[in-house]
Amino acid sequence: MITARYAREIPQRYRLEASKCAQCATVSFPPRLVCPTCKGRTFSTITLQNEGKLLSYTVVRVGSDKFSKETPFAVGIIELKDGIRITTQIADANLEKLAHGQTVRLVFRKIQEDGKAGILCYGYKAIVV
Amino acid sequence: MVGIVGYGAYVPRYRIKAEVIAKQWGADPEAVTRGLSLVEKTVPGQDEDTITISVAAAQYALRRAGIDPKEIGAVYVGSESHPYAVKPSATILIDALGIGPHVHVASYEFACKAGSEAMYVAYSHVKAGEMKYAMGIGADTSQGAPGDALEYTASAGGAAFIMGRERLVAEILFTHSYTSDTPDFWRREGENYPRHGGRFTGDPAYFRHIVGAGKALLEKSKMAPADFKFAVFHMPNGKFPQEVGKRLGFTKDQMEAGWIVPWMGNTYSGSSPCGLAAILDVAKPGDLIFMVSFGSGAGSDGFIYRVTDEIVKVQDRAPKLRQMLDSDKVYLDYGQYAKYRRKIKLNE
Amino acid sequence: MRDAYVIGAGMTKFGELWSNSIRDMFVEAALKAIDDAGVDHIDSMYVGAMSSGLFVQQEHLGALMADYLGVVPMPATHVESACASGGVSFRQAFLEVASGASDIVLAGGVEKMTDGADVTDALATAADQEYEVYHGITFPGLYAIMARAHMQEFGTTREQLAAVAVKNHRNGSKNPNAQFRSEVTLEQVIRSTMVADPLRLLDCSPVSDGAAAVIVASEAVAKKLGKQRIRVAASAQASDTLALHSRKSLTTLNAVVAAAQKAYKMAGKKPSDIQIAEVHDCFTIAEVIVSEDLGFFEKGKGGEAAANGLTSLETGKIRVNTSGGLKSKGHPVGATGIAQIIELYEQLNGKAGARQVENARIGLAENMGGTGASCVIHILEAL
Repeated sequence: MITARYAREIPQRYRLEASKCAQCATVSFPPRLVCPTCKGRTFSTITLQNEGKLLSYTVVRVGSDKFSKETPFAVGIIELKDGIRITTQIADANLEKLAHGQTVRLVFRKIQEDGKAGILCYGYKAIVV
Repeated sequence: MVGIVGYGAYVPRYRIKAEVIAKQWGADPEAVTRGLSLVEKTVPGQDEDTITISVAAAQYALRRAGIDPKEIGAVYVGSESHPYAVKPSATILIDALGIGPHVHVASYEFACKAGSEAMYVAYSHVKAGEMKYAMGIGADTSQGAPGDALEYTASAGGAAFIMGRERLVAEILFTHSYTSDTPDFWRREGENYPRHGGRFTGDPAYFRHIVGAGKALLEKSKMAPADFKFAVFHMPNGKFPQEVGKRLGFTKDQMEAGWIVPWMGNTYSGSSPCGLAAILDVAKPGDLIFMVSFGSGAGSDGFIYRVTDEIVKVQDRAPKLRQMLDSDKVYLDYGQYAKYRRKIKLNE
Repeated sequence: MRDAYVIGAGMTKFGELWSNSIRDMFVEAALKAIDDAGVDHIDSMYVGAMSSGLFVQQEHLGALMADYLGVVPMPATHVESACASGGVSFRQAFLEVASGASDIVLAGGVEKMTDGADVTDALATAADQEYEVYHGITFPGLYAIMARAHMQEFGTTREQLAAVAVKNHRNGSKNPNAQFRSEVTLEQVIRSTMVADPLRLLDCSPVSDGAAAVIVASEAVAKKLGKQRIRVAASAQASDTLALHSRKSLTTLNAVVAAAQKAYKMAGKKPSDIQIAEVHDCFTIAEVIVSEDLGFFEKGKGGEAAANGLTSLETGKIRVNTSGGLKSKGHPVGATGIAQIIELYEQLNGKAGARQVENARIGLAENMGGTGASCVIHILEAL
């Protein structure tokens, strides 16, 4: 049962809320308590832009149990326009046509399910534009 | 005047052809395609459901409306395939779109007219002066029982409409609802698939209620079918809406823009709402639109819209329905379709 | 800090050890190490294990192993740093002896992976649960992303990665404790089942059971036992961001670079001084990247070096993974870091049999956790 753990990440997974350091403007996603650059402790909340580029990717053919019915699927590291990098699936992907540097946009999709009776877990995936 | 401030629709990329389903069950592909006037239908991806479709449609509606999401006072999603039996689909949507938490949310169900219902209630709240904006969405990832006639047509998609009073792209001039206890199609609690009364779903159900609401609307508005540029009705297949349009006095030309069913299938609660979205994508200022939905059980919600000058400013702000319907399509074979739609018994 | 020596070692075979429980394996390895060292007591012990809770529902391994080894009330600590648990266990033992707090410390590692738990899920706990694993990525997937980036940036090829697996299997065939003692060909590697593009089954280390232990002792104890031979010349550890996407680069492991710098400095050595290196080849690409980040080859040339035999037992300018590496020897996660130390210990003592490197005097062990978020490096020198 991952309800509370899931609910805590909603602002990040649904709305891409990040923290921006008041001292050095470093953006952290997910938000942090300590700035990794200047060790500052004051932040403001910002929303990341949902477009970016595909830095690298793989096609997972052997997934963990939870994702085993969805293989093969592509997962990549995307650099968003704000400079933040995230790991996410590439949805509706043409697996033969993926390439480094492709422009992607984030969309809202179902990421996983907590079994047959548990909660549904949503979040961002990337689609190649 | 109250009406639509922004609209958006979403169509998934996956398709399956009616002939592929026909071949699977040993039916004549030619006869099926001809009989239903339907070529293919949309299929939701494994990571898509009524909630993700609603979010996508709502995002496009917000883009067109150009409003602050926080000003929306209510969000209603009407569907026959809400992912949760208990937990409204819009609870996820409002957090995904930054509309919450000061907002009213509910899920609607009424077979295929749950979408138009959500639209009607959203419109009513704004009309009553309760709130500045309200959003009504019709979206579905409806299931057809394997081998059943409905398997050819049950598809996925949705449309969202933000109702308000300012900068309307389409005014809502009249509405009328017509309901009765007509058990033409239903699903009991706990059952996987709905059941239907075969031909009983025709005249006593679909036709009676659409004509009932349609005639009342025409009387109320003192308008005639010829006054309208566009007409759209619930589309369970290609044939029914053309027939009911004829019975009400509308022509094929008037129905053309909204007649998306041959390539989209029946998106249940998304059916006439998506048809309306397709119409708004091409409508011009001053156009009158006649819309009547139908939900089994049974009832119809009718609307008369008048398109305003604002429409030309917003049409291009988000993807158009026909564009989504016609491009980047990925065709599935029956096995892939059965896997995506979870018709295969897994070892769980 | 005073000097510390490795004076004894012992390990189980690595493989699918159906008849051995986690406590059986650890005790077997620990007893072998104690007997090899010839000590009659230990002052303290460390048990490295990544995920005994998920694999066999057992935590509190320090106390459990002290109990079953018969050394209660000696202090015993469970150490965890994902796949670097063994290396960190060794480091803790070294620090305890070097600081003067203890004279004889046992550093062990163990993992029981074949009892039916979802291995992919358990191993994924070494990655960022909320921002990597949540999205369906697996460990092979994360390393595959690095592999693809390395291929894109430096032109590393599919064949070069396969060469690492071929070499390690050839070495492993000479290791009586290895899980896989058969050789593989380049073709076999390249044709094996795709796991996460471009990594295939034979690019990936296996799921294994096993345990390994060494005894670290002070100079006085080593001298007394006539075992003052294998000195710990360096011990260094570093960390990096947990998520791969938060790293500065997808093709350089900064934790390895940072730990290596500290280790070379502490030992007063350069990369070219190292004769043998046991590195963390959880996937073939890992060995390629690590061989660069340890300074053995220029950045981007690790694949080419492996393909040209520059890391092989027979012709290498630096012999990498003479034990067979994780790939062929096996990778019972918590035990791996200790097993690496044991290979160096055997080599430096001239006891490596068919894998023996002539005049082996200086060896390096690099053990890392997750996708390189933690790294621990040791340099051993034979006196």
